Amino acid sequence: MSLTRRDTLALGIGAVSLAALPLRANAAVDDAIAAFTGGAAVSDGGVDLNAPEIAENGNTVPIEVGADGAAAIMLLAAGNPTPSVATFNFGKLAGAGSASTRIRLAGTQDVIAIARMEDGSFKRAQANVKVTIGGCGG
Amino acid sequence: MISRRDFLQVGMAASAVLGASGFGNWARLAAQQSLTQDQLLEFDTFGNVTLIHVTDIHAQLKPIYFREPEINLGVGAARGHVPHITGADFRKLYGIEDGSPSAYALTYNDFDVLARSYGRVGGMDRVATVVKAIRSARPDALLLDGGDTWHGSYTCYQTAGQDMVNVMNALAPDAMTFHWEFTLGSERVRELVEGLPFAALGQNIFDQEWDEPTEEFPPYKIFERGGAKIAVIGQAFPYMPIANPRWMFPEYSFGIREDRMQEMVDEVRAAGADLVVMLSHNGFDVDKKMAGRVQGIDVILSGHTHDALPEPVLVGETIIVASGSNGKFVSRVDLDVRDGRMMGFRHKLIPIFSDVITPDAEMASVIDAQRAPFESQLSEVLGQTDSLLYRRGNFNGTWDDLICDALIEEREADISMSPGVRWGPSVLPGQDITREDLWNVTSMTYGKAYRTEMTGEFIHTILEDVGDNLFNPDPYYQQGGDMVRIGGMGYAIDITKPQGERISDMTLLKTGEKIDPAKSYVVAGWASVNEGTEGPQIWDVVESYIRRKGTVTVTPNTSVKVSGA
Repeated sequence: MSLTRRDTLALGIGAVSLAALPLRANAAVDDAIAAFTGGAAVSDGGVDLNAPEIAENGNTVPIEVGADGAAAIMLLAAGNPTPSVATFNFGKLAGAGSASTRIRLAGTQDVIAIARMEDGSFKRAQANVKVTIGGCGG
Repeated sequence: MISRRDFLQVGMAASAVLGASGFGNWARLAAQQSLTQDQLLEFDTFGNVTLIHVTDIHAQLKPIYFREPEINLGVGAARGHVPHITGADFRKLYGIEDGSPSAYALTYNDFDVLARSYGRVGGMDRVATVVKAIRSARPDALLLDGGDTWHGSYTCYQTAGQDMVNVMNALAPDAMTFHWEFTLGSERVRELVEGLPFAALGQNIFDQEWDEPTEEFPPYKIFERGGAKIAVIGQAFPYMPIANPRWMFPEYSFGIREDRMQEMVDEVRAAGADLVVMLSHNGFDVDKKMAGRVQGIDVILSGHTHDALPEPVLVGETIIVASGSNGKFVSRVDLDVRDGRMMGFRHKLIPIFSDVITPDAEMASVIDAQRAPFESQLSEVLGQTDSLLYRRGNFNGTWDDLICDALIEEREADISMSPGVRWGPSVLPGQDITREDLWNVTSMTYGKAYRTEMTGEFIHTILEDVGDNLFNPDPYYQQGGDMVRIGGMGYAIDITKPQGERISDMTLLKTGEKIDPAKSYVVAGWASVNEGTEGPQIWDVVESYIRRKGTVTVTPNTSVKVSGA
């Protein structure tokens, strides 16, 4: 494979524009996670995040989160103008560390759940939810 | 790709699951004009349980022509695997001779020529003959209907599904799941379901408001057959509120709900099920992914994507059976179920050659009774065709080209759009086009033809959106239709790219100019999922066009350039 100058330029532009868009969204997400965790390490897994693969209605998407032994779970919609959705705090009398809600998604994006466990550790799950125009299945 | 030999070896290596497919090569027999019903039905009854699968009948009561797709591209892990193999490659894979009855039934080549020698396929009276023959060999066989049954014809539309309910009740299935049925509107669906003498299943049919399972559609039913407990779990089409108008069934929510499927499998196993069957309207690639992720399903009876496969596909210890559409095939699966597990199977995809299989007289009279009030409407000739009219294929079919041409001319539009649905029989060159033929490819409860302005940018967004529903490499994000058909505009598509980058070179055909993202174009289309869509019914638009032309000719459509296949 040989790269011409034009190819290189095109690749460069593609890379820049790809990098530019998610960064801004990610910064708010990273800030929210850092504020929640205080900068502590977050491990993947141990959190159940139940979301549809494709939203039936982007204005009201059912989301369920839960983690055994969670003290709190923060829910983020990474692609929304304001990513913060909710933080659920589970007191000692809570029967289970799980909650369900409906959220509005501006478009196809990742929904992220961060759980603060009773031992002070943090766990994470994420799911990609597609928001589509639809209309041609058959 | 799993070859036939690999398939058997994998089966033996993986477990005690042993399989065989009774897939006949009838070329010589047909050449001697001696293909018989007995040969089509020939089957050494095996094991202790028989499943009969029909799916995606789309209200086709009478024999029809149905051309299988030429273009059916797979992406990601599905690339180059069945059902994404067509034509000569398909025949080579299964050892089918060119020009044989199997070639006619399963592939697209020389379709109009072969159709004239082998005749029409399907017809519910022939299907009834096959079902009765299987039941005479195994009286307690389970008959399972994968859905898309109460939609797709003039009589089905006029009776709001009653004709199909009457015919299917006469055929007496044991269970059914759903898709297009819901476009009758939820009230009508509930009314019909309440009267069904068989189970209406869907583990993924939920109450929209409470996000809880519904009472009308239980997740499964357990049957006692051949000394075994057989659990049939229903899986309705997951993306109904997205692919079809949500406002027609606002009380219901669907989705893949893989976790609940696993819970249901575990629940029926705990209840003593020896065999777990998933009666699915997921579409083939979704079923394949689900088979690899949900543990404990023995048999998936796959519907929605209209694939007809002469052998089951094996994923782990699960077999996936795909039985075609429009009444063209019936699958028979015999199973040896012992000690709480499936020990082996024998399978046959039975093509319903309507000239070979004798119609069942009882069913024929039921069908005639449904059609009698509408006979003069059905048989009215609207015009003739010089070209083969078909629909199936990822990008365009001649039926849709005709519909798109009609929309542009009758509605004075720059660009037209027709939905990428997979139903709709074919009409041969030189044949009359009757009203029945036209309704077979257009009838639906949201068929109004809109006329609106769209910017070039919005048209691009639509194509990208639909393209991702078809070519997203993760099957769980696919909706199972084909690409939206476009008239008056050409474009290029690279199916390997992500959403937003697949579509390029959009060109207005009448001027040859590039589509301007900022400019508005007049677009005519039909089957909008939006409530309150206004315009004439699509069948009236196309009928007027055909009558004006007298004889229609559809030239080959080369306006879509595909890469990455």
